[in-house]
Amino acid sequence: MSAEPIATFESSLDEIDVDLVRTTADRFESALAPLLDAPAVGAPLPFENVSLPDAVETDPTVAELEAAATGVTAAGYGIADYGSVVIQGGADGEEPVSLYADEHVAVIAASDVLPDMDATFDRLAEDIRGGTGQAIVATGPSATADMGALVKGAHGPIDVTVVLLEDA
Amino acid sequence: MSADNRRRKAEHIRHLLDTEGDSVHENTRVFNEGRYESTADLDDYEALKDEARAIKEDAIERLPELVDEVTEAIEDNGGTVYVADDAADANRYITEVVDGRNAVKSKSMTSEEIEVNDALEASGANVWETDLAEFVLQIADEAPSHIVAPAIHKSREEIAALFNEVFEPEEPLETAEELTRFAREYLGEKILDAEVGMTGANFVTADTGTLALVTSEGNARKCVQATDTHVAVAGVEKVVPSVEDLQPFVELIGRSGTGQDITSYVSLFTPPGDSPTFGGGDEGGPGDDRELGPGDDRDFHLVLIDNGRMEMREDDQLRETLYCIRCSACANSCANFQHVGGHAFGGETYSGGIATGWEAGVHGEDSAAEFNDLCTGCSRCVNQCPVKIDIPWINTVVRDRINRGKDGDLDFLVEGLTPDEEPGGVDPQKRLFGNFDTLAKLGSAFAPLSNWVAQAGPARSLMERTLGVDSRRELPRFERESLVDWFEARGPRVGPDEARRRVALYPDAYTNYVRTERGKAAVRVLEALDVRVDIPAAGESGRAPLSQGMVATAQSNAEAVYDALAPAVAAGRDVVVIEPSDLAMFNREYERLLEEDSYEALDGHSYEIMEYVYGLLENGADVDALPDGDGERVAYHSHCQQRTLDLEPYTTAVLEDAGFDVTTSDVECCGMAGSFGYKSEYYELSVDVGESLVDQFTTDDTADRTVVASGTSCLEQLDALLTRRPAHPVRLLDGR
Ligand code: SF4
Repeated sequence: MSAEPIATFESSLDEIDVDLVRTTADRFESALAPLLDAPAVGAPLPFENVSLPDAVETDPTVAELEAAATGVTAAGYGIADYGSVVIQGGADGEEPVSLYADEHVAVIAASDVLPDMDATFDRLAEDIRGGTGQAIVATGPSATADMGALVKGAHGPIDVTVVLLEDA
Repeated sequence: MSADNRRRKAEHIRHLLDTEGDSVHENTRVFNEGRYESTADLDDYEALKDEARAIKEDAIERLPELVDEVTEAIEDNGGTVYVADDAADANRYITEVVDGRNAVKSKSMTSEEIEVNDALEASGANVWETDLAEFVLQIADEAPSHIVAPAIHKSREEIAALFNEVFEPEEPLETAEELTRFAREYLGEKILDAEVGMTGANFVTADTGTLALVTSEGNARKCVQATDTHVAVAGVEKVVPSVEDLQPFVELIGRSGTGQDITSYVSLFTPPGDSPTFGGGDEGGPGDDRELGPGDDRDFHLVLIDNGRMEMREDDQLRETLYCIRCSACANSCANFQHVGGHAFGGETYSGGIATGWEAGVHGEDSAAEFNDLCTGCSRCVNQCPVKIDIPWINTVVRDRINRGKDGDLDFLVEGLTPDEEPGGVDPQKRLFGNFDTLAKLGSAFAPLSNWVAQAGPARSLMERTLGVDSRRELPRFERESLVDWFEARGPRVGPDEARRRVALYPDAYTNYVRTERGKAAVRVLEALDVRVDIPAAGESGRAPLSQGMVATAQSNAEAVYDALAPAVAAGRDVVVIEPSDLAMFNREYERLLEEDSYEALDGHSYEIMEYVYGLLENGADVDALPDGDGERVAYHSHCQQRTLDLEPYTTAVLEDAGFDVTTSDVECCGMAGSFGYKSEYYELSVDVGESLVDQFTTDDTADRTVVASGTSCLEQLDALLTRRPAHPVRLLDGR
């Protein structure tokens, strides 16, 4: 993957106030540590040589989910033009983990950052036909303007941080 | 409409202007400006719209086949599809599936259309709206006023007062943040207790059975994840062929609606999903140590609603409505909607410009008739629609059908004045305005007597009572000598041999009988630039009857205009038009009213006057032949339809070229809109809309500027609301 979508991805994230942390597989734990406000929940990460620290609860109860300050999941893709991440998966709990915590930390491989919606929908269509049941194109935190002014953090997270695995 | 009904309608509108107008205006303005900005960032906006349109055309064409395909796909995935004939059928099915269990819902206009909450509650189920705006309305027991932001009519203060009264929190809630946190927590418990999650769907893909949901709050995701049973309700028109087809819509829908490049979440669910569930139950709160349950035996039901849609599909005029993706751009860009909102500009369920099509199709013409007249045909929505629906045309067609559906009594006074092609039963007020040409001819023949009589008290109150012509409006004053007569006596002043170009100046009814001055100015300006002018005696363009929904009359007017202008066009002359709403007829509506060849010939040779002057100056004519503006400060209001045709820049450029200092308005419409502002039921709304324009022309920078406007209606509105007297811009270029 050329550097170009990554640079665009970074500036798109910047525009929507989402922090980007660049790291590599071997430095992942130390890059993640400062992002983990306790209590933290997570869904197992699919990247080689990358795993979640023990402090992150991967099999939370309903109460633990609701109380979580941080929720860590992988993202299947990033979309450079929009600063979006695509949250895929299901049975491992990606959906509740990325929804209930105050802050969602999305971990993504640099090679999965796609330039635009066109490229993304080609991949998503392939995945869906291959059996991926769920894909959320998530752009920034949840938000609402229904209460008379724009508020970040409606039913979903108030904050989003993206961790980019540069060597994955 | 009877005088009483007019009065009731005017009162209703006045009440909404007072109570909801400010909130609606503020919010729609943000959406409207957001849309202009966000779509401007797209390099391929037009191409995306074309693509979106093509996908919808194809999908609706092949709808029965796609419904079969999606049914098969969803059944293969383990879900169920039910195609409901109508609301009752849908509600019966959904009530059975829900079976008295607790349900949480995300926002869905289609579920409003079938009023499923009422049906579920009657069956003993608890239903909670989790979209925050829908939650507010559920508590307030009010109807949506906007298809995307349903509580747009409520201010933060009103919501806070409502919450404090209903929930009596320990600390009164005040800020938007506090209100949001409170609602999230309150609804969070409802979600924990729920066993059924209900959603709508913005799109459903036939190939994979995927639902696309465009949301921002995250509640739709929670409704699906937390529960064991997912019921999705969608109009049958939401089916598109494939997942790839979603791409243009995903790029357009947020931008077109609230002006966001993309909403926080575009969820692609291919249900039944396998996310761990909360399994429902009555616990909840911090002590809830429930484990998450496996999500692998979730039930999924897609309920596709027909409710009139398959008939709309067979209807050549209403079919386009089914392409609508309910983005709300046609509401946000509509001046009338911005001021009065969806509680007036809406029917049983839907609101805004396209609501006429939806209401006529799903609830019937009576529901559409309630608000259809609020579309003035200004056309500002036309370029905003992501699927390129001719929304004003749908409004016109439905108005025509409503006219024809009534078998009213013919009013003798109007009957004599209205040699139209319409059947009896057309509202006398509509026939009066629809036959403006005849009225103007008579008015001119008997001027100034006709003006005195018309303006006199007794005549005005009779007109108000019988025809609903508001007596607070000044009536147009007819000139004794029409422009055509003046020119016939005067003759052209540029010889055929010395002429740079030859033009036929179209004498629209207003210019011909009422504002002859701008017609004379146009002749002199063109002649100053060495153009030989002729004025063929062509009649009214059809705009007046069309705006009243009198399509047959409009068509016969159009044909007559074409016959009068065709010889000039055939001789290679250009047709120059002063009144933008008539040029817009030539350019847009004539495509539907004339033979294709005739339409193309006329449209291809027609120009707006200032556009034409611009072209002359670009092609060698000398601006020094026109008077020097000498830095005169001018405030220019272009015309709604003129802006839709992208013709505003020519006027600005010509005036600047001639030495004027120009600033422009950016309101969508002046609010007068032909006959609209004369109608007593709409007079106050018309003035309210006009005040926004007046505000822009009374700032420190604009208050002392000379006011010019291109449209007759805009001039009338500005004349009524400003102390300065406005004029057509061509008059600034007239040497005498
Ligand atoms: S008609 Fe067009 S602009 Fe109006 S809501 Fe539908 S898609 Fe949007």
